[in-house]
Amino acid sequence: MIESFKRIYDNRHEYIGKWKEKHPDRKIMGYMCTSMPEEIIYAANALPIRILGGHESQNVSQQHMMGTFCPFSRDVLAQGLLGKYDYLDALGITHTCQHIYQAYESWVLHKNIKSFYIPTPNTSQTPHALPYLRGQLKLFLEKLEDWTGRKIGENDLRRGIEIVDTTRKLMKQIYEMRKSESPPISGLDSMLMVVAAQMSDKEEFNTILEDVIKNELPGRKAKATPSSRLMLIGSEHDDVKFIEMVENLDAIIVIDDHCTGSRYFWNTTEQNEDALTDIANRYIKKPPCPIKDFPVRKRTAHIVNLANEWNVAGVIEIQQKFCDPHELDRVAVSKALEKAGFPILNLEADVTMPVGPFRIRVEAFLEILSSEELF
Amino acid sequence: MAKYKTEPLKCWDKAKELRSEVYDRIAKARDEGTMIVSGGTESAISLPAGFDMEFFGGEPYVAGCAFMGKNDSSKYMKYFETAEAAKFPRDLCAYMRLSVGSLLCNSYAFGGTYPKPAFNLQTHICDTQGKWYQIMSELEGVPYNALDLIPFEWESEHESKESKNLKHKYLKDQMLDIIDWMEDISGKKYDDEKFINALNCECESASLWAQCCMVNRSIPAVMDEKMMHSLYVIAALMRHEKASVNFYKELLDELKDRAERGIAAFENERLRLLLDGMPPWHSLEIYRYIEEFGGVSIGSHFSFGVSGGWAYDSKQDTRVPAMPPKEAGVELRTREDACSWYSKWLLNTNTILRSLKLSGQGKNKHILDLVKKWNVDGVLIHLNRGCEGTAAGQMEIRYFLAENNIPVITFEGNHADIREFDLPRVKTTINTFMETLDLKKL
Repeated sequence: MIESFKRIYDNRHEYIGKWKEKHPDRKIMGYMCTSMPEEIIYAANALPIRILGGHESQNVSQQHMMGTFCPFSRDVLAQGLLGKYDYLDALGITHTCQHIYQAYESWVLHKNIKSFYIPTPNTSQTPHALPYLRGQLKLFLEKLEDWTGRKIGENDLRRGIEIVDTTRKLMKQIYEMRKSESPPISGLDSMLMVVAAQMSDKEEFNTILEDVIKNELPGRKAKATPSSRLMLIGSEHDDVKFIEMVENLDAIIVIDDHCTGSRYFWNTTEQNEDALTDIANRYIKKPPCPIKDFPVRKRTAHIVNLANEWNVAGVIEIQQKFCDPHELDRVAVSKALEKAGFPILNLEADVTMPVGPFRIRVEAFLEILSSEELF
Repeated sequence: MAKYKTEPLKCWDKAKELRSEVYDRIAKARDEGTMIVSGGTESAISLPAGFDMEFFGGEPYVAGCAFMGKNDSSKYMKYFETAEAAKFPRDLCAYMRLSVGSLLCNSYAFGGTYPKPAFNLQTHICDTQGKWYQIMSELEGVPYNALDLIPFEWESEHESKESKNLKHKYLKDQMLDIIDWMEDISGKKYDDEKFINALNCECESASLWAQCCMVNRSIPAVMDEKMMHSLYVIAALMRHEKASVNFYKELLDELKDRAERGIAAFENERLRLLLDGMPPWHSLEIYRYIEEFGGVSIGSHFSFGVSGGWAYDSKQDTRVPAMPPKEAGVELRTREDACSWYSKWLLNTNTILRSLKLSGQGKNKHILDLVKKWNVDGVLIHLNRGCEGTAAGQMEIRYFLAENNIPVITFEGNHADIREFDLPRVKTTINTFMETLDLKKL
């Protein structure tokens, strides 16, 4: 049921608590960036779950992180310091942006938790990134073997790939359905689906997805009347109130480029080489986030392509305040979208969302999208 | 009466001369149409030195803009405002914004138009670096390439020999590719001998600067940090040149002589401070203000590391000046030898990457090492809104120092954007800090 997505999202810790009761022998690793190879963690019979913020005011991260680090990373750290994730057996991160890395570093410093850092490449554009990443994944795998006391073979890796790729394929199938004139699922439910996938056991989650595709989405309309089709882009974004507000207006979000959205699952694993090389190749080919998109700029073409294929009227860029990577891309992305005929609205988000002022701006944007050209 | 003897540095004028020579040479190359290569100054600047070229390093240039802006803000503020008018957000790296602004204004702070490079070559060491010169290249319409440098993690429980080997091979292979790429896009023949000479000079310059910093452990300090800013910049600008090596040899001799004779940088030194973070280029008078209390900043992770070649010595469990190839008994004969050495050198010694190179515990251990070995009495931390790469980890360092009863205070500012630096407030913070140490103005 679609409601399951929200249920998991709202009750993420209770969900894991129950999961642990069912699987007392399996370990849980929290991770902080979607470049984390979940396939290998599944192959180790452990559970990877993504750590996200709590969207609530807090007073514990200030003494560990500068105020000009993004609100998301401060919120994530607060979750750790407040003990919300004390059930984790380990914390993992890949080489990622400095802000979320700081959250990881402070968490490790103050929570005395087993930690895994994979120094993944910054850019995937050099041909040397693939063998390098494959080598680092092998070292990660060996550390997981030590941690779990379990040998990880080729078959285990293939099983891990199968679990994660199934989730990716099913979610992509649902995203494809959003191309229709009346999408069967809202932008909010789509976002909840993706983050719920990150927060739950994919073997369980895949059955939910299959059920939703088979029994719920056919013939369903997320909105009774056609609305302005929007795309959402920017840094990490899982603010329910904001998306709810946008879709309560005359609009529906039909596509996104977020790590809490399409970027998480867009490509699957091509099975050409040994399993580790295939996994590395999948992450190399993953749609890049801004800090991994150099020296050649490839991300803008991907975004414009999505906007065209999902036939959007306009784009909202919702970016975490102080998010340097996305700010560094802002000019180029805006220019590319405008050139392709897609108006864009830039908004900056904090941990808690100023829904009122944002509503006025989104309403004005929708008015622009629906206005006829007079001259 | 002064506590120590002091005297001006004899090689001060030489440093000034070398600095202006670099910027004059860049202007000359621009006017005569000879090859300019641009990129961050933490780039592998010996790589393009296989060609006859002038290297136009981004950071020292815009630091100069910020410093000069104190007296004449017309160009400096115009650079910022132009970048902002082009929609580059104001909380981005202040160096990058100045650089983009200078380019968009087609203005070179030292006179004339912006020196357009033949290509840009960057080393990606923080979130901004690889993107900064991607943006510059798009605006300039010139080719761009970047090295992806993932440093060795010192003192970290995570780093293994296998991981180091992977990182080394990854960087070395990229370097070899980049040499081919530079030949392709420039249409010029690459000279391996020039590259090897440049690399030898780069490593020697960096090692010599680290040795100069070691001398500053002396009491009284032979250099204060404000002086250091004018000295390490030679390596930042031209460490791949023989003139840089010669300069640092001369400086090292002079500093050793000063230490032997007890010559102080500041005659009334009674409080040795460490200013963590980047200096506020527009407000360097804070160093003079500290002196009013008898304080002297003896350096910082930044001033030691930005031009210094430091290697971790596991026996001593500390950082020591790294050995350049010849000193290490290595003769670089081929391009492959040189790229192999260079990648190891950058992975090992590029200490400015504190945010990536050191774990949280490693950063704490490193600051404690600096405090102890350089006889530091207290730490001032510049929480830099303008460079998050160097600011990463600073709040944890503050927490750690406070927990260990080492006097510490923070002030928020911006190393290059004066609009985000409240000098009177910073002075008030320093007053408060001195009061906690029971120190009054001299």
